[in-house]
Amino acid sequence: MPVVDLALASVRDLNAALHALGPDTNETHWQVVNPRGLHAIAVGIDVPVTVEIDGHAGYYCAGMNKHACVIINGNAGVGVAENIMSGVVRVKGDASQAAGATGCGGLLVIEGNASARCGISMKGVDIIVKGNVGHMSAFMAQAGTLTVLGDVGDALGDSIYEARLYVRGSVKSLGADCIEKPLEDTHKDQLYSKLEAAGIAGEVDVAEFRRYGSARRLYNFHIDNVAAY
Amino acid sequence: MRPPSSSPPTTPRVSATFDQYVLSEIRRAAATGIYDIRGAGAKRRLPHFDDLLFLGASISRYPLEGYREKCGTDVVLGDRFARKPLELKIPITIAGMSFGSLSAPAKEALGRGASAMGTSTTTGDGGMTLEERLSSATLVYQVLPSRYGMNPDDLRKADAIEVVVGQGAKPGGGGMLLGQKITERVAAMRSLPIGIDQRSACRHPDWTGPDDLQIKIEELRELTDWQKPIYVKVGASRPYYDTALSVKAGADVVVLDGMQGGTAATQEVFIENVGIPTLAAIRPAVRALQELGMHRKVQLIVSGGIRNGADVAKALALGADAVSIGTAALVAIGDNDPALEEEYQALGSRAGAYDDWHEGNDPAGITTQNPELFRRLDPIKAGRRLANFLAVLTLEAQTIARACGKSHVHNLEPEDLVALTIEAAAMAGVPLAGTDWIPGPGRV
Repeated sequence: MPVVDLALASVRDLNAALHALGPDTNETHWQVVNPRGLHAIAVGIDVPVTVEIDGHAGYYCAGMNKHACVIINGNAGVGVAENIMSGVVRVKGDASQAAGATGCGGLLVIEGNASARCGISMKGVDIIVKGNVGHMSAFMAQAGTLTVLGDVGDALGDSIYEARLYVRGSVKSLGADCIEKPLEDTHKDQLYSKLEAAGIAGEVDVAEFRRYGSARRLYNFHIDNVAAY
Repeated sequence: MRPPSSSPPTTPRVSATFDQYVLSEIRRAAATGIYDIRGAGAKRRLPHFDDLLFLGASISRYPLEGYREKCGTDVVLGDRFARKPLELKIPITIAGMSFGSLSAPAKEALGRGASAMGTSTTTGDGGMTLEERLSSATLVYQVLPSRYGMNPDDLRKADAIEVVVGQGAKPGGGGMLLGQKITERVAAMRSLPIGIDQRSACRHPDWTGPDDLQIKIEELRELTDWQKPIYVKVGASRPYYDTALSVKAGADVVVLDGMQGGTAATQEVFIENVGIPTLAAIRPAVRALQELGMHRKVQLIVSGGIRNGADVAKALALGADAVSIGTAALVAIGDNDPALEEEYQALGSRAGAYDDWHEGNDPAGITTQNPELFRRLDPIKAGRRLANFLAVLTLEAQTIARACGKSHVHNLEPEDLVALTIEAAAMAGVPLAGTDWIPGPGRV
């Protein structure tokens, strides 16, 4: 198993090595030690490998990930897994702002809490936060799911499009055009499958969640809705 | 009937403040209750390159022979950090315009024209289409706040990356693409439902401020293995600070867009009242580069109202490394063509004034997603027209440069210019014609 010590090697060295891997590589499990909050660790991986980061990562860790499984055994800075396309990114600690921002696919699991703007402009990613999330989460969320096992801050789902939001705890307030919707069996099935993918299906009862989504009142600009903007 | 009067009649007087356009806009606002949205850039009269003149060579300056002596036009963009900087044959690039706001044939035409002349074109808010990648030898990929259609594969396919902070028509503003242009293909590229109004955010979702921007640029460099030049595009409002902060954040190239720069769709009140003219923006940006020791090391691309080779030459003389054109490129490929006058009138406009680009009804087939309309635009012929136009811009700029004794257009300098108005003299930092007076504190 390749081990990259970021106290000795640079982030550039690490990413260059990961980018050089072919889809049939035998080096399928990488360990990164001494990340020390460095930025852009494991950005742009395009192969099905596992990268374990032992410690805290800075901004944009695992950004634009494709196919890989990136595990952060610590906290993650701003924009973890931003624009993720596929694969899995798992944060064992807490995540800062804009976790999973603009993510197009794949799965982001945050075992701790996530700060503000979690899932902002998400475009298909599935995000599961075991703790709480901050304000303006799922802002302009276009597609995918944001599942929060804890509580949510102000203005959840402001200007949301077609993303689905599942929350088990309290919601401080909803943003413009975001409303609570019935949790049907199909939604419970979807939610269960997402939790199952994250490996936590047995930990919570899907019936305890509430579902939020777009009222679709702001999809086409109308002057009578101007106060909502 | 008014009784005959012995006194001479007074001519009805229209207010300069409440002119016919202002009156019509008040009536329109009162009838609809919503602001006017349109495309293009500022239409009001502004201090511009027309207010500058070149001082051709004379006894104290030695000109170059117009048709025989070489005058270079090549430019390298992005050699500060990128392993693969762009090497363009001419210092005139095509500005970012999205597929969505423009039709696919229009994007292809821009690529064809730019490629024929050895220069670059740019994506826009909606991702990269196959047509424009295939037709563009050199393609700059825009990273915008919306991140519509963004993916690492397209970033790697691009030749350079442009982080868009703002644009001249609307510094500080986002965008709106009305539902009629969100067709199935556009919607799929942007991960949106068909037919809704697509709003583009005004702020990036995952960074705020220059310190974050530096880290964002670092991420983009890591993603592309430090090969691609990274541009930062700003709308002209505080060009000195924005340029300095872009340099600090690690930009290879700064793109500075004045308020005459076009937009696909923005509020009229925003376009005409926010930002500063291109002419006023260049010198503060150049000063920032010079003070940081980065002039000609971090390249400056200026856009917003570039119409001819004289504008190109003047922008370069003021310190730009290249210019970018948008509106002029659209006109070159057929936008606002008088041959379509009847159709423009049917839309309530006229050739030369049509700016409802957001409505998707463009009879020229350029700012539309309607297949019946965009099939009118032949991308091969339109590309040829753009190439011709770029060739003329280049020849005109060379002609002026030679007359000023310059063997490369980049050798043009402020000393070659004078201004026709005090305002232009102050903005451009060149003397009022016939004087040695440059208005402004600390200037002689």
